[in-house]
Amino acid sequence: MGLTRTSTGRAAARHNAPINEEEHTLLLAGNPNVGKSTLFNALTGLHQHTGNWSGKTVTTAIGSCIHKGKRFTLVDLPGCYSLATRSAEEVVARDSICFDPAERVIVVCDASCLERNLPLLLTILEYRPRTILCLNLMDEATKNNITIDQKRLAKKLGIPVVAMSAGRGKKECLKLLDALDTPCSTPYEVRYHTDIENYMTDIQALTIEAGFTRQQARVLALRLLDADTAFVERLAAAYGCPAALRQEAQALADRFQNAYAADSSHQPIEDEITEAIALAASLLVQNTVTQEVRSAPGRVDRLLLGRFTAFPLMLGLLFLILWITVKGANLPSAWLSFIFSQLEALASRGLSAIGLPPLLVSLCCEGVLRVVGWVVSVMLPPMAIFFPLFTILEDIGYLPRVAFSLDRCFKRCHACGKQALTMCMGMGCNAAGVVGCRIIDSPRERLIAILTNSFMPCNGRFPMLIVLLSLFFAASGILTAVGLGGMILLSVLMTLLIAKLLSRTVLKGVPSSFTLELPPYRTPKIGQILIRSLLDRTLFVLGRAIAVAAPTGLVLWLLAHISIGTSNLLQHLSLFLDPLGQIMGLDGAILLAFLLGMPANEIVIPILLLCYLNGSTLTDYASLADLKQILLANNWNTVTAINMMLFTVFHWPCSTTLLTIRKETGSFRQTAAAVLIPTILGILLCVTVNAFAFLF
Amino acid sequence: MKRSLDTLQPGDCALVREVICQGPMRRRLRDIGFTADTTVTCLGRSPLGDPTAYAVKGAVLALRREDAATILVDDGRDTTWD
Repeated sequence: MGLTRTSTGRAAARHNAPINEEEHTLLLAGNPNVGKSTLFNALTGLHQHTGNWSGKTVTTAIGSCIHKGKRFTLVDLPGCYSLATRSAEEVVARDSICFDPAERVIVVCDASCLERNLPLLLTILEYRPRTILCLNLMDEATKNNITIDQKRLAKKLGIPVVAMSAGRGKKECLKLLDALDTPCSTPYEVRYHTDIENYMTDIQALTIEAGFTRQQARVLALRLLDADTAFVERLAAAYGCPAALRQEAQALADRFQNAYAADSSHQPIEDEITEAIALAASLLVQNTVTQEVRSAPGRVDRLLLGRFTAFPLMLGLLFLILWITVKGANLPSAWLSFIFSQLEALASRGLSAIGLPPLLVSLCCEGVLRVVGWVVSVMLPPMAIFFPLFTILEDIGYLPRVAFSLDRCFKRCHACGKQALTMCMGMGCNAAGVVGCRIIDSPRERLIAILTNSFMPCNGRFPMLIVLLSLFFAASGILTAVGLGGMILLSVLMTLLIAKLLSRTVLKGVPSSFTLELPPYRTPKIGQILIRSLLDRTLFVLGRAIAVAAPTGLVLWLLAHISIGTSNLLQHLSLFLDPLGQIMGLDGAILLAFLLGMPANEIVIPILLLCYLNGSTLTDYASLADLKQILLANNWNTVTAINMMLFTVFHWPCSTTLLTIRKETGSFRQTAAAVLIPTILGILLCVTVNAFAFLF
Repeated sequence: MKRSLDTLQPGDCALVREVICQGPMRRRLRDIGFTADTTVTCLGRSPLGDPTAYAVKGAVLALRREDAATILVDDGRDTTWD
């Protein structure tokens, strides 16, 4: 266990506070994008990433909070529409709800579309009679002229109902924990078709000997009708049902199913069951909710999704964000760079003064401090600006609309439109993008999205592109942003091309079905986002810089100072890679820098500089103009810069992303493909550009 | 008169009758709200013409043309409103 937010500071103090050792575990379940994670964060003080789109949370998160002397452990389940186990999230949610020893389940519902949310609650109620209903997003419902008779709903459902708006903060959310003590009456029970009800009564009569409650018997009866034997076995074990009894019940279920299917007036059992639940939900809503149906697209959507306005606005927005990033990063970059050059001089003098040998001083200052300094001063500012801007866009609810607008292109390439969402995530961080691919249901389309995610230049590669663009091509911030936008468009184009190529060859298949939810626009909490993502990003990048850049700096310094024959190891390695580099219009040092920069792309350029400077000269590269001089002195020209930018976008993913891909696909071969595809593409592009440059 | 959902023009409104596809997609469509007697409104098409956004039970969902074609709707005139 390291020093985390939870083990230090205020949180640690809170842990030591005397509490009654009363423990409660609560599961948070609900449809996607109803604010489970917002509620979870508000209560636990953790920082699960939230965003205004379905499927943002793809893994289970656990946190705890203390309220009125009781400790609550909260489990944030991924959102799902039902417990039918169509996708991985639904399996996770169902298993937790059925088998987790947690004592209560809180079902979070979006108050503005309660009818769609209630079926899940009704299903969960069958498993967990002491569930609590949290009517979230009440503010939005009020805005849409929806009123809910909370008391009546609670009475009908027989469970506590808490209305709130989790976005308002912890105090609001604590209402939920206070409601835990509200007594439950008889929970609402969905009435199925008379034949099904009779069958359930039979099962109940059969299992009452084994000590089954009415509720347990009904659950078992319903699940016996699904073909999922493994699940029934687990359920029976959890309920303490002997094997003989289970077989008897199964026989009863089979008999019933045959008799039921024989009657031609019946629709399939599964339909009958879902229809009954939907009808129950609809009746409950009719009795408790008064609303005006949202039927016309909003003014904003008419503009952002309009046939002639959608794409210009999308490009404009992208450009605006890139321009703010480029412009805004200049000043802090210059300051930080100045501070670090001063720091290096100071450290160098200080370390010499305390009598360290010159070799060690040089190792600390030039090896470690310089790489860290570069990462912090050149890479960090654009990252710290881009990331919050991107988060704002995500919170507003624009990203699913991008997927909506672009779906047709993806469908043409036999891929899923939701891939656009994962690509947007990839612009923040490719590893996050790869995890995000879980929202794509079809395994084939998900694999395509995973394999091509690293085509999107991530936050760690943006600043490199900005530096190269501003050094070699663009005089102004606007031109840099245009160039950057162009690179992103190229990435999107290549993604589509490769997706098509893969679908035609190794990953053959037709586009699968697709449902995408377009959430209502929500006002982002700008202050909170700025603080959170600035802080999170800065800490993350700093941590990575120290964890990765420092050792790499050390290795580099060693490579530069161990000589074999007349030249050092660094020169040997870059000479070895040079032929390939030359064909690609690059050189050996650049390829070496990309190889050594695999742990974090942020450090590619500092490695390159150390290679060029050979670790021995004292040339200072405090300003970008100096940097250009160094590059020009090493035979760089415009073509080199173009190829370098291409290779920045199209090369192997960083090690974090690769580990994530390995984890997500569980396959070594697919991970290897994720390395080979972008690398081969990058080499081909560079060779082509170089050949053209050579010919003309 | 039954027709498929993809024939709805933006602004049109209809009642869901049945979902005719099978397998997981059938389940998904019903889970997200396309059950019998539900009112669906066609909100608008994507700028490239497909998919289309529909309002169902207070939420907005986008479906591709082939998937929308598996949902049968009618204008509800020959059924009684309650």
